[in-house]
Amino acid sequence: MTTTPDTPVIEGSPIPRLIIVGAVTIALLFAAFFLYQIAQPIFGVIMLALATGFAIIFGANRYYGARFIFPGVSAVLIFIAFPVVYTIYIGFTNYSSFNLLTYDRTVEVLTSRGSVDPDTEQPFAVARDGDQFRIWLPESGLLSDPVALDGDAEATLLPADDPADLLERRDAIQLRAGLQALTLTTPDGTIIQNASLRTFGTVTPDYVQTGPDTLTRFDGAVLTANHETGFFVDENGDQVPPGWRVGIGWDNFERIFTSEGIRGPMVSIFIWTFVFAIASVVLTFALGLTLAVILQWPHLRFKAVYRILLILPYAVPAFISILVFKGLFNQNFGEINLILEALFGVRPSWFTDGNLARVMVLIVNTWLGYPYMMLLAMGFLQAVPEDHKKAAALEGASAVRVFFTITLPQIIPPFLPLLIASFAFNFNNMVLIFLLTRGLPDIPGTVIPAGETDILASFTYRLAFDNAGQQFGLAGAITLLIFLVVAAISYANFVAMRRAAQKRSGRVSA
Amino acid sequence: MIVERPRDLRVKKILAHGFMLIFLALILFPFFMVLSISFREGNFSVGSIIPQNPTLEHWYLAFGLDYTRADGTVVEPPYPVMLWMWNSIKIGLIAGLGVLAIATISAYAFSRIRIKGKGAMLDGLFLIQMFPTTLALVAIYAIFDALGEVSPILGLNSHTALVLIYLAGVTLHIWTIKGYFDSIDTALDKAAAIDGATPWQTFRYIFLPLAVPIMSVVFVLAFIGFINDYPIASVLIRSEDKMTLAVGSRLYLNEFQYLWGDFAAAAVLSGLPITVVFLIAQRYLVSGLSDGAVKG
Repeated sequence: MTTTPDTPVIEGSPIPRLIIVGAVTIALLFAAFFLYQIAQPIFGVIMLALATGFAIIFGANRYYGARFIFPGVSAVLIFIAFPVVYTIYIGFTNYSSFNLLTYDRTVEVLTSRGSVDPDTEQPFAVARDGDQFRIWLPESGLLSDPVALDGDAEATLLPADDPADLLERRDAIQLRAGLQALTLTTPDGTIIQNASLRTFGTVTPDYVQTGPDTLTRFDGAVLTANHETGFFVDENGDQVPPGWRVGIGWDNFERIFTSEGIRGPMVSIFIWTFVFAIASVVLTFALGLTLAVILQWPHLRFKAVYRILLILPYAVPAFISILVFKGLFNQNFGEINLILEALFGVRPSWFTDGNLARVMVLIVNTWLGYPYMMLLAMGFLQAVPEDHKKAAALEGASAVRVFFTITLPQIIPPFLPLLIASFAFNFNNMVLIFLLTRGLPDIPGTVIPAGETDILASFTYRLAFDNAGQQFGLAGAITLLIFLVVAAISYANFVAMRRAAQKRSGRVSA
Repeated sequence: MIVERPRDLRVKKILAHGFMLIFLALILFPFFMVLSISFREGNFSVGSIIPQNPTLEHWYLAFGLDYTRADGTVVEPPYPVMLWMWNSIKIGLIAGLGVLAIATISAYAFSRIRIKGKGAMLDGLFLIQMFPTTLALVAIYAIFDALGEVSPILGLNSHTALVLIYLAGVTLHIWTIKGYFDSIDTALDKAAAIDGATPWQTFRYIFLPLAVPIMSVVFVLAFIGFINDYPIASVLIRSEDKMTLAVGSRLYLNEFQYLWGDFAAAAVLSGLPITVVFLIAQRYLVSGLSDGAVKG
């Protein structure tokens, strides 16, 4: 196949190219440095690697060939491979809504907190003075010196009359950043600051940084940073939120395997995920194959019409059809229950009964998935030689027997990689679960949100992004378990594909 | 099978058509239902399948127009469906074109240019491709949260971020196009090389024109894939005016505001164009699917 050697190719002057490569590299390096500065060293390193790779591959003529694949490979590495690794890393941290920030940001948040002295707190207004502003405190009748309100500033207050040109409240709020950086001194020497949107007053910081890892609270208590739990703790060992992200080793995994409230639902979700994926593949494959066989029957008319109508479920965007089913299955207003009640007098509770909900999920997924299998089966059925079937029929085999002994064994091998891929797809078919049931009904007695129809992927999504404490760390740990399964499936598919390809080329050469 | 008696054949035919018709009635039931609901009054089922007092209210709302009822009350559209549709189409088009460019160039290189470790890279791409982006959502969220501090354009709730992450979905398409390039006679690029064409020129003037059919299939596939994406968009996009159709549609059917009728009209309106595009493209798509899967 490979015919073009990667000899260096010189196309005109390299100067313009080098200028562009240089500019892009500098932009990437700048982004890398910035990421490093905001305490995201990992992303900084990735960006640095991207910049270096870009400069080398597009700068040097030696790597002419690699230029073609650089964009694709780097996109895959950065946005698929790296997130996979990073998710695993998060699984070993306590990243959650309690430990959301970096250490530096946590210190910043804590030290910026303050208590306002209610005696000195009073409303304020902003008066315009040319390009600058004055702060007017109507209760004590004090007016400040003009200030620019564009950074840290100090000003003294003096008694004065009502200023004429007071800003609207809305405009004053827009100056908030400048107001917050302003310190005012009253004639009696009290120092007051912007305390809220409407008031100024004496603000005492709740926490002052007194050492590299210590904060002193306003009541004199000393807080020390605990880098194992990611919290500041006082002398009694009480944690002061917010916390920061730290690595906690195998703790998340320990929780998964030892905590009864997590392990119980995990096992049930794990089993259901496999049942769901296998059942989906089997049902769609069986239905799709049956339909394909019927459509293949030479005596059937209107094949084209049937075919196009049968693949409609595949053509409609899944997110629309899933939501349509959600509405149709609705227990109280849904049309399916309406019809069932009219015909049989039953009103199944599709969304609150765990087993019925699972049945519904499988019905909807079969509806969504059979056309794909049918289309594939129609392709593979055509490849089965007609004379094999004829020979069997002459021997007196029934049509069913011919199908199971001649046709099926011939189409299974090429079908296998696609079935495995379909299994992998359904194993992670979060969209279906999420849009249809959201994993509900909930499994009773769990400490984390877990539902009867949840599959592993939707379960982790809910752990991380539903309002249940954003447990990114725990979600990451569970994702690692999913990755292991997916990796096994992926490898199996790879092997199956290789075999199918070998068989095919073997048959061609024979 | 070979010699069939006419009467048996006739019974079989009736059975086959009967089965097909019953099956189709079941399968197509949701479509009829949605169409009927979109013309029905109100947002709750009223006990009849065919609407008794058909109304265009839901359709007005789906198109983003106010609707004045007979009693004079004005109903405002609950959600900006047209804006969501535009967002979806815009993101789908840009990301689709991006994926097409990256995939075609990479596929050409993987098919024709000698690069060290190419076989390993191709195997790697295949294995990585099995890991759906959906699984790494936590990391993706964290990555774009951090990138947002470099520039809000790259951060959460931005379409650029969504396009960037979609670009990573090139692996399968690289394989598809590579399969097509592999089937092109190598005599072509030898001739081009003898005439002094650089690999880039060979790609630009020989392979690119030849690849237009497969490229259009890949583009349609990628486009539909991006329009249909729910998980990534739902994690990255937060505000209502930035939502794509897939993320926004879900708002219609929540527990607090159950807009079944409005949803039905919006669903037909937004689903129809995508369905038509898909039906046109599916013929090519299927051959690509089954070929691509077996070609190693």
